[in-house]
Amino acid sequence: MAVETPLKGNIGDSIKRKEDDRFIRGKGNYLDDVVLPGMLHMSINRSPFAHARIRSINTAAAQAVPGVVAVVTGELLAQHKLAWMPTLSGDTQAVLATDKVRFQGQEVACVIANDPYVARDAAALIEVDYDVLTAVVTPQQALQAGAPLIRDEKEGQKDNHIYHWEAGDKAKTDEAFAKADRVVKLDTFYPRCHPSPLETCGIVADVNPATGHATLYMTSQAPHAHRTLFAIVAGLPEQNIRIISPDIGGGFGNKVPIYPGYVVATAASLLIGKPVKWVEDRSENLISTGFARDFHMSGELALRNDGRMLGLRVKMLSDNGAFYSDAQPTKFKAGLFHIVTGSYDLQAAHVETDGAYTNKAPGGVAYRCSFRVTEASYLIERLVESAALEMNMDPTEIRLKNFIQPEQFPYMSATGFEYDSGDYPRAMQVALDKLGYQELRKEQAEKRKKGELMGIGVASFTEVVGAGPGKHYDIAGLRMFDSAELRVHPTGKAILKLGVKSQGQGHETTFAQIVTEELGIPAADIEVQEGDTDNTPYGLGTYASRSTPVGGAATAMVSRKLRDKAKKIAAHLLEASEADIEFDHGKFFVRGSPSKSKTIQDVAFAAYTNLPDGLEAGLEGVTYYDPPNMTFPFGTYLVVVDIDRGTGQVKVRRMVAVDDCGVRINPMVVEGQIHGGLTEGFGIAFMELITFDEEGNCIGSNFTDYLLPTSWETPKFETGETVTPSPHHPIGAKGVGESATVGSPAAYVNAVIDAVGHLGIRNIDMPVTSDKVWAALNEKGAAE
Amino acid sequence: MGQPITVTVNGEKRSAEVEPRLLLVHFLREKLRLTGTHVGCDTTHCGACTVLVDGTPVKSCTMLAVQADGQQVTTVEGLMTGAALHPIQVAFKQEHGLQCGFCTPGMMLTSVALLKDNPDPSEDDIRWALSGNICRCTGYMNIVKAVKSAAVQMRAAAEVPAETAAARS
Repeated sequence: MAVETPLKGNIGDSIKRKEDDRFIRGKGNYLDDVVLPGMLHMSINRSPFAHARIRSINTAAAQAVPGVVAVVTGELLAQHKLAWMPTLSGDTQAVLATDKVRFQGQEVACVIANDPYVARDAAALIEVDYDVLTAVVTPQQALQAGAPLIRDEKEGQKDNHIYHWEAGDKAKTDEAFAKADRVVKLDTFYPRCHPSPLETCGIVADVNPATGHATLYMTSQAPHAHRTLFAIVAGLPEQNIRIISPDIGGGFGNKVPIYPGYVVATAASLLIGKPVKWVEDRSENLISTGFARDFHMSGELALRNDGRMLGLRVKMLSDNGAFYSDAQPTKFKAGLFHIVTGSYDLQAAHVETDGAYTNKAPGGVAYRCSFRVTEASYLIERLVESAALEMNMDPTEIRLKNFIQPEQFPYMSATGFEYDSGDYPRAMQVALDKLGYQELRKEQAEKRKKGELMGIGVASFTEVVGAGPGKHYDIAGLRMFDSAELRVHPTGKAILKLGVKSQGQGHETTFAQIVTEELGIPAADIEVQEGDTDNTPYGLGTYASRSTPVGGAATAMVSRKLRDKAKKIAAHLLEASEADIEFDHGKFFVRGSPSKSKTIQDVAFAAYTNLPDGLEAGLEGVTYYDPPNMTFPFGTYLVVVDIDRGTGQVKVRRMVAVDDCGVRINPMVVEGQIHGGLTEGFGIAFMELITFDEEGNCIGSNFTDYLLPTSWETPKFETGETVTPSPHHPIGAKGVGESATVGSPAAYVNAVIDAVGHLGIRNIDMPVTSDKVWAALNEKGAAE
Repeated sequence: MGQPITVTVNGEKRSAEVEPRLLLVHFLREKLRLTGTHVGCDTTHCGACTVLVDGTPVKSCTMLAVQADGQQVTTVEGLMTGAALHPIQVAFKQEHGLQCGFCTPGMMLTSVALLKDNPDPSEDDIRWALSGNICRCTGYMNIVKAVKSAAVQMRAAAEVPAETAAARS
């Protein structure tokens, strides 16, 4: 094996990850690994019905089980004003049901016991007398006149309608449609799926009755925001709450909301005076915590005969479940779905969205995407595919004809986003070259003559990530800035403390690299800390690909702040004027004489030992960064599929992904993120589905029914890149964690439609399973 | 009512009285505090709880502790030899075969069992062997690379005399 020169960890260096050393040894510290003296265990009794009135709850048998310490019901919580809690979308959600259950799996009562097995035994012994009501399982049913009212406890709520929200210009869009040569329409349903991180959600709540201090170990992607919400919900003084989010076994949005189990465990710990642990099992995770998507979408594209797009009209109906608890910025009722104009220079667009309550689990989260961007990207990319098919144009040609051009940036979209930078034609060209597109089109034509089904799918997505700016984007009123605190110790080693929180993204490595680039301290000498609210500066957390755009920017800015101070100290050490000091990768020198220099380590030592008069000691700082704009990563994904006419089986032969996420800090980590996203996109496109029968029973409540891609069916990916830096980000980075999940589902499905479009098949909703493909072929008389 | 069992875990005999219904994974995690073995799905699908029982990968969430009585169990904590990492551990880090780390112990143990049976596996061999272990983060490509790379290292180590190998590590 060749000996590699150790990399210092500058931007662009694929150094190995620092966090891996504990993970490969089995020495990570995940939530369920936390054990405290005297700790009790909680188990939840859940509703077997989707919609039912609770007549009575009998806890006597559960109470009588040896080892049971307490049984908590909604009635008990109501005495402490905790039976309901606010949601992240300004609605309320039942912590434990008092009046009705509104979805299958809803939390009804909790048992606290000295052993987890005992807690489960006892939870099963709680007797709930239900009066079963008619379940409402689709938003269309929900909005029909006379539909059963799900939220009858809500004052003023007369029906199941939640919100109506619009973006864009209706009149201008109507005008564009009036001028169009043709209109292409697509109705599609992006079904409910689930982020399913391999580690489920959980808490160890430790409230000290003597001091009133609450230490909450939680699977939290946003520990600081959660602390504030806990203070508000539970009425605890915020200075007494410490949230520690330990190593997280994947999040993908699932660990953004606050769940009833967290609240009950905390209340129980407060009442009992002992630590209480609650860890979901997989079914609980799938049936009750933050699902994703469930958008019924209808898109219309107005076009000229030459393929130029003139306008876009979109209607969307979202199924929000029983409580409107989507995790999203306050002003935006359907998240950032209005990014639906995508990569195209659309002069007119109008988006109308409505939401409905149904008897399904609440908590719409963005499964690895920035606030509903993936639904938007899916719709526009599928719609463009439909347009290409109907107009008999190559799907790359119609895109090239309509892309926002590089010179148009910054570009103001018809729905109000200012795109920061992009070069869409170049990313597409790189992808086409990598795939060998023209050759494959020839092969497809040959195969088609023989009756064989082969398709090439194209998707050229644009994302919007990295919220804030704080004046437009917030979570429950908290502005979406983020923070970094950097302390350089006398020996030149540093600790970086962040307001964001990794769930596997590699922050301990990549954020250290930003400091390395800015200050010259080797990444190996920088410890990155996150997740403990007592010991990190306030931040909004990690989701929506915002850590690098916001937390990464804060890291660069705090490093620069320290560099400015370091310059003063270097000037003192070098006996020169500060104005004459230059800095290059960890060395300070007097302009023109680089041989006489002081290292950042020399300067750090001097910051504690040999300061110029009047300068404060130490080399530390903190920055709260409010981004001036979002960032707009983009790319082109190409998929080649072969379809068996006899079974409808789709085989992904190739998958080429060219991403532009701006400057790449650690290319190895970036690639890893893309691989993961392409796999989750593959799962969503072909396998993953949470659905319900007409009684509201959840189908997809375990990994037998909710299918996740394994190593066997997951395709091999061919990745490529272009780099168009974000002009407003201190290091030009845009964020990449979610691009591949946003961009790839449409590419996979477009490949299937490309293979069967000539038979007159225009749409197959996800997941595109063999039976659906075969049925579609059969309907056209094309199945074998 | 406890039932006495003795299980050799990572080479060390561990005796305990356990409830007959206690799952092996809980015996390892809760009684022995070997928390490197994780629980991901409770239903044998995800493989986060994979350990080796007498050298065979077993999902410890679907085996009772009493069934392991008298057997040899290897967990992630038993992969190292002294202070030296197992080649599979080195390879997972080198090839970026992990992200959140939750599936990693199970993935590595399944890989170790594969490489014991098949020291030079093809890509398909590796993908098939790992198909009972779900990873939500990596997309598997780098895991496959890691297993291939560990295979190369282990074959090379098997070809040199033992003391040379020890000196190197």
